[in-house]
Amino acid sequence: MSLLLLALAACTGQDVIGKLDQQEKRAVYVLVDASDYDNKEFADVQKVLRYLLKTLQPGESLALARIDSGSFSEEDIVARMTFDIRPSLSNAQKRAFLQMLDNFSKQARMSEETDITGGVLQAIEYLNDAGTRSKHILLFSDLKEEEREDHVRDFRVNFSGANVVAMYTDKSKNKETISKAYAKRLVHWQSRVEQGMGNWKQISDLEQLDAIFK
Amino acid sequence: MAFDIMNNLIEGEPGLSIAISLIVLILVMYISRQPAHEIILSITRSIRNTLRLMARSIMSAEKAVQAKNREVLISQGKENAERFIEREFQRVAVQVNRDLSGYPSLQRDLKDQITRIDDDYVGSSEVPPQPPEWLKAVEAVASIPDNGSPVVAKILNDIHITLKKSLDVDLQEYRRANRERHNLLKKMMPHWRSVSDSLDSVEKKITGIEQRSVILDSQMQEYEEIQNNTDHAQRMLSESNLTQFIISGVVLCLAVVGMYVNFHLVAMPMEEVVGASSYLGSSSIKASDVAAMFIISIEVILGLFLMELVGLTRLFPVINQLEDHKRKTIFWIVLSFILLLAGLEASLAYMRDILVADKLALSQLLSGSSVVPVEVVEPPLYWIPSVGQMLMGFILPLVLTFVAIPLELFIHSIRSVGGQFVVWLLQLVVSMIRFLASAVYGLGRVLVNVYDLVIFVPLKIESVFKPEKAHKKPKKLAPVIIKDQPESQDKQAQTLQEKPKLMKDI
Repeated sequence: MSLLLLALAACTGQDVIGKLDQQEKRAVYVLVDASDYDNKEFADVQKVLRYLLKTLQPGESLALARIDSGSFSEEDIVARMTFDIRPSLSNAQKRAFLQMLDNFSKQARMSEETDITGGVLQAIEYLNDAGTRSKHILLFSDLKEEEREDHVRDFRVNFSGANVVAMYTDKSKNKETISKAYAKRLVHWQSRVEQGMGNWKQISDLEQLDAIFK
Repeated sequence: MAFDIMNNLIEGEPGLSIAISLIVLILVMYISRQPAHEIILSITRSIRNTLRLMARSIMSAEKAVQAKNREVLISQGKENAERFIEREFQRVAVQVNRDLSGYPSLQRDLKDQITRIDDDYVGSSEVPPQPPEWLKAVEAVASIPDNGSPVVAKILNDIHITLKKSLDVDLQEYRRANRERHNLLKKMMPHWRSVSDSLDSVEKKITGIEQRSVILDSQMQEYEEIQNNTDHAQRMLSESNLTQFIISGVVLCLAVVGMYVNFHLVAMPMEEVVGASSYLGSSSIKASDVAAMFIISIEVILGLFLMELVGLTRLFPVINQLEDHKRKTIFWIVLSFILLLAGLEASLAYMRDILVADKLALSQLLSGSSVVPVEVVEPPLYWIPSVGQMLMGFILPLVLTFVAIPLELFIHSIRSVGGQFVVWLLQLVVSMIRFLASAVYGLGRVLVNVYDLVIFVPLKIESVFKPEKAHKKPKKLAPVIIKDQPESQDKQAQTLQEKPKLMKDI
């Protein structure tokens, strides 16, 4: 049977093994808004990241970055990994990632400035570099940008087919006001993503992630 | 459309229109009754004849397949019988070489032992002691009358004493000689036993060869029957083939299960070798799965070669034709490869255990909230499953090498069993076609009767006005001649002749 499969693949003249590696693999970039999540409220992010570590297979990529400054830079990337194709090494990498996540959760501090667009641009660059067909950006944020005055962020972003998933838990005391403002920002970001050839999705429950990653 | 025309024949009177149309139709049918009958019957007859011709061709094909099957069966049986006889002769040759090669030395031993026994026998024969020569002189002196002389009496007395002494010495000598003879006879006992043992062993060896010769005789008888292409031989071979087919099929199924288990032992650790995220072409088949299957396939192929080299199977004539020393070299090479692969599988199976444990630990870690792993106390004898997996990984490839034997049986038997199945299928098709032919012919007759039933009114009127004509001149339809079916032809002709009677009855 295996010989037959090999022979068939050879007859078609294709690269037998690894042709679909980059195409079928997934890359996920998790952006956490430090202005909304401090170390106490980081549990939700941890849950999602643990879920992703469990779900992602060898050869797939995962990155975690925070948005806490006026200008997004490399320093804001907490961890990024492309898991090795060997399961044993991949598992070791996942453990290391988990350790970094744990350290980060202990050190997370609230921030005043939020450069979401900068973070998204960094995420897109990383996902494009990963070369996967399936690209996901998980956004843990209230989507409220608090950038510096000299920064221009109102431009069209090319999402190149990435799925942008907004994950936000409304924690405000004045729920009514915040929810309305948040809904407005959601609509704004949705149109921004869709104009930039991306797919927009908003989820409020971790279980909804299954539909995206399984 | 025809119905519309019938309906609108007289405007506004559809019932009347239909009635008129029906009457016209019946009249037309009555007028065209004879040709219509002939058309119906000729169509059904030709369909039946075509079907019968088809059945005949299929039957001839079936006979050809059967003949071919027989030929194959006999040829296979002949080959098997030849192989069996050849092996029996080889065994006899080995036995003869092993047992009867020592026959000259055995004969020498026997001769020596018999010579020794003979010597001892000669030595133990009783020789009567010869009386001393002076005894006659003593007898002569003793016969001299003493005449009352004391001197003579004393002399005689002395002679008597001397004689007695001499006899005592002789008696002792005789007893000593007898003792020696008994000792010699005693010494003969082990020689006798040895001779008896030697003869027993010869008897056993001869009996072994005799038994082999009985088996050879029966095999030769079977071979002769096969050679003569008898029905008994064909039946025997056919039954034997079916049994072989079933047994080898069951064994192959078990081997497939073994391969499946083997596959699961190595598929997961193979991800470490070829990567867990590599796929075959554009399919969803994992490269690691293909690699695992490839290893197992290679093991089976090497097993085929090994069995061929050992001489247990004859699937590859090229290997059979190789010289002995070359075969021996290739045998060791193939065996080394198999052992190497078995070792590889054993290590992969052990690695699988480690990987599963690692995966489970990571899964538990990711499910929990803390990064610090919980210490798990390993149960006693936890190593048994790991060792078991390793052993299975090592043993299964070796067991799979024996798949060649049932595979050969399966391949050989499937030819004749498949042929037999084709014959059975063709017979079924023939029966169905014949049934269809009869049904078509019956349908024709039914259609004729239905036709007459539709026009029964004009027929009744005809029978009232012309009863004699219909009775006297029955229409004779020429029967269709089918050469291979004389009985049916007669029946057909008879049926056709009877047709007018039926019409008359209506």
